[in-house]
Amino acid sequence: MTNLTIRGGHVIDPANGRNEIADLYVVDGKISADPPPDDSPVISAENLVVTPGLIDMHVHFREPGQTHKETLATGAQAAAAGGFTSVVCMPNTSPPTDGPSGVAWIVDRARDTARVNVFPTGAITRELAGQEMAPIGSMVQAGIVAITDDGHCVQNHELMRRAVEYARMFDLAVLDHCQDYNMVGNGVMHEGYWSTVLGLPGWPRAGEEIMVMRNILLAELCATRIHCQHLSSAGSVRLLRNARGRGIPVTGELCPHHIALTDESICSFDSSFKMNPPLRTQEDIDALIEGVADGTITILASDHAPHAGFEKEVEFDQAPFGIIGLETELALFLTILLHREKAISLEQLIAMYTVNPAYLLRIRKGTLGVGADADITLIDPDREWTYKKEESLSRSRNTPFEGWNLKGRAVRTIVTGETVWAL
Amino acid sequence: MNTAEPTLDAKENWVRKDLLSIRELAASEINTILDSAGAFKTVGARDIKKVPALRGKTLVNFFVEPSTRTRTSFELAAFRLSADVVNISASSSSLQKGESLKDTALNLEALHTDIIVLRHSAAGASKFLAERLAASVINAGDGAHEHPTQALLDVFTIRERLGRIAGLKVAIVGDILFSRVARSNLWALKKLGADVFLVGPSTLVPRSFESMGVSVVRSLDDILGELDVINLLRIQHERQRKEYFPSLNEYVRFFGLTKERAERLKPHCLIMHPGPINRGVEIDSDLADGPQSVILDQVANGLAVRMAVLYLCSTAARKQR
Repeated sequence: MTNLTIRGGHVIDPANGRNEIADLYVVDGKISADPPPDDSPVISAENLVVTPGLIDMHVHFREPGQTHKETLATGAQAAAAGGFTSVVCMPNTSPPTDGPSGVAWIVDRARDTARVNVFPTGAITRELAGQEMAPIGSMVQAGIVAITDDGHCVQNHELMRRAVEYARMFDLAVLDHCQDYNMVGNGVMHEGYWSTVLGLPGWPRAGEEIMVMRNILLAELCATRIHCQHLSSAGSVRLLRNARGRGIPVTGELCPHHIALTDESICSFDSSFKMNPPLRTQEDIDALIEGVADGTITILASDHAPHAGFEKEVEFDQAPFGIIGLETELALFLTILLHREKAISLEQLIAMYTVNPAYLLRIRKGTLGVGADADITLIDPDREWTYKKEESLSRSRNTPFEGWNLKGRAVRTIVTGETVWAL
Repeated sequence: MNTAEPTLDAKENWVRKDLLSIRELAASEINTILDSAGAFKTVGARDIKKVPALRGKTLVNFFVEPSTRTRTSFELAAFRLSADVVNISASSSSLQKGESLKDTALNLEALHTDIIVLRHSAAGASKFLAERLAASVINAGDGAHEHPTQALLDVFTIRERLGRIAGLKVAIVGDILFSRVARSNLWALKKLGADVFLVGPSTLVPRSFESMGVSVVRSLDDILGELDVINLLRIQHERQRKEYFPSLNEYVRFFGLTKERAERLKPHCLIMHPGPINRGVEIDSDLADGPQSVILDQVANGLAVRMAVLYLCSTAARKQR
């Protein structure tokens, strides 16, 4: 098994309260208090930050069923290139991951083909149809770390309540894509000035906020963790802040595009700017950043959603929602939250990618504690670079960030002591 | 045959190969089209209604959404400019078979089409084509986004009748939210200096329009007496997916141009409608045929405006190649 010394880096390990220059030891693929034998390899981490391997708890890897967009192997490569050692896959595969055999298939396939840890989630409802509860307990036994109908949203509050109650039996988090279908209708962009100008159907903030409120009420009623995915609106932040202040077990997630871009981008009718929930306004961006700064939003993720070029290159209202994000998210958050807005410290940012998602999902990751799997990310937080989508390791290229100048990126990604990607 | 090209001066001020929206035009560009249209209008009054301006050019009328008057107007405009015209409708196109808009467009380009006139249900569809093709693309209506030639023929008609646009008070009444005609009109009118009032039920005329520099008004009766132009949009109550107002009856009660309301209009106030009219809904039937109505002038002027647009864009495209 792998032995390794990472020498002289700035170790930031929020799970253990560490923030110091230190050597980090790996023995047999685990973090060790004692150095490995003298002939073990050494990696110099001078001027680099050494963190627990980052976790992206919101990705779509499209396998099984839509492997022309992404596979577990290519998605994992993109993850590694973004500094991620663990990803949490959404169940809207084809067929949907709504039963134990589907979960087992992904676990096996990922073990054989993916170079990072892949944690599957299971559907809340069969076929993601929002009608009947999926076999949640059997999927837990097969290896899911959460349930979600992501991409869809259970509209029936009573069914959602039962699913949340049931999940509690397994200490399982429920992840929700917050969207009221009647409110949103055929909306394709933020409802506001630009949707009015462009004549595109609007997706109002209230369509998200109503479901955030629903989830707050159910998290309180059932005393179960509900996680609101990819929050986009100022109102959602206000609701979440109030609920968390009252001790309700509800959490929120932020994707970089929701603070990097506004709905004005869509005046080009470029479907690279089409995602769900949609890009909103500067007012929302300010509120989301404030929500990160004051601890209302505790988890960062990409919502990596690959689509083939020919699928995206159609009329705006017919294009699928979503963008790829694994290789840009860390850099965008470092650039915006750390360097530009100075909203949070580097330690806080790393916590939002490590201990926070690990704790929510109850997975034994996101820590450099002795005995933990040696999943490690080396980050140069000041490195300036330009993103070029042609260099992406994802199978898809649907990104609005082509040519962006960014500050900070991962330079090496290590899984159980093995380097799976290095710049 | 009189072969004079009536717009030699105007085309020097026009550099766009495409006409996609009014929002992106400067006031001077709008005036270039209107002036050019004025010259082309004289062609229609001649015995021989044809000039050779687009001889040898191929125009495709690509209508992915049904339309009679706009398609016919573009077709006649192209004929009068001596272009060769092909009509493609949704039912005859490969889009029905699942071919993408991009592929259909590339095929049209491979056939050396010079001008594509596109009517499409998706906002931005004409921009999508224009960015990918060397051919001129003329937006003949894209979803609820814009319908630029309709706005141009509307302001042409107003200018012809009232002599100016600047300072006029113009109301657009009805389903504004889903109307590309309203959007193109409000940009054209604003850019040329008119005061624009949007009138209709709050569900169909959201306040968000006010950020575009227009006034949102809930009571038609409050402003009737001040107007120079009232433009009534078609109410498509029967086709609406959801209810935005309870009944046509109630719509007429608040927003229909009835005889009683028309009595309060200024004598010179123009009554406009982009058609097709629901007689007795947005407008009383007699008023549609009355002396203040310029509805048929709009149709006639549409031809001149479209000749100007085809001519200007095609000339600019030739220069860019």
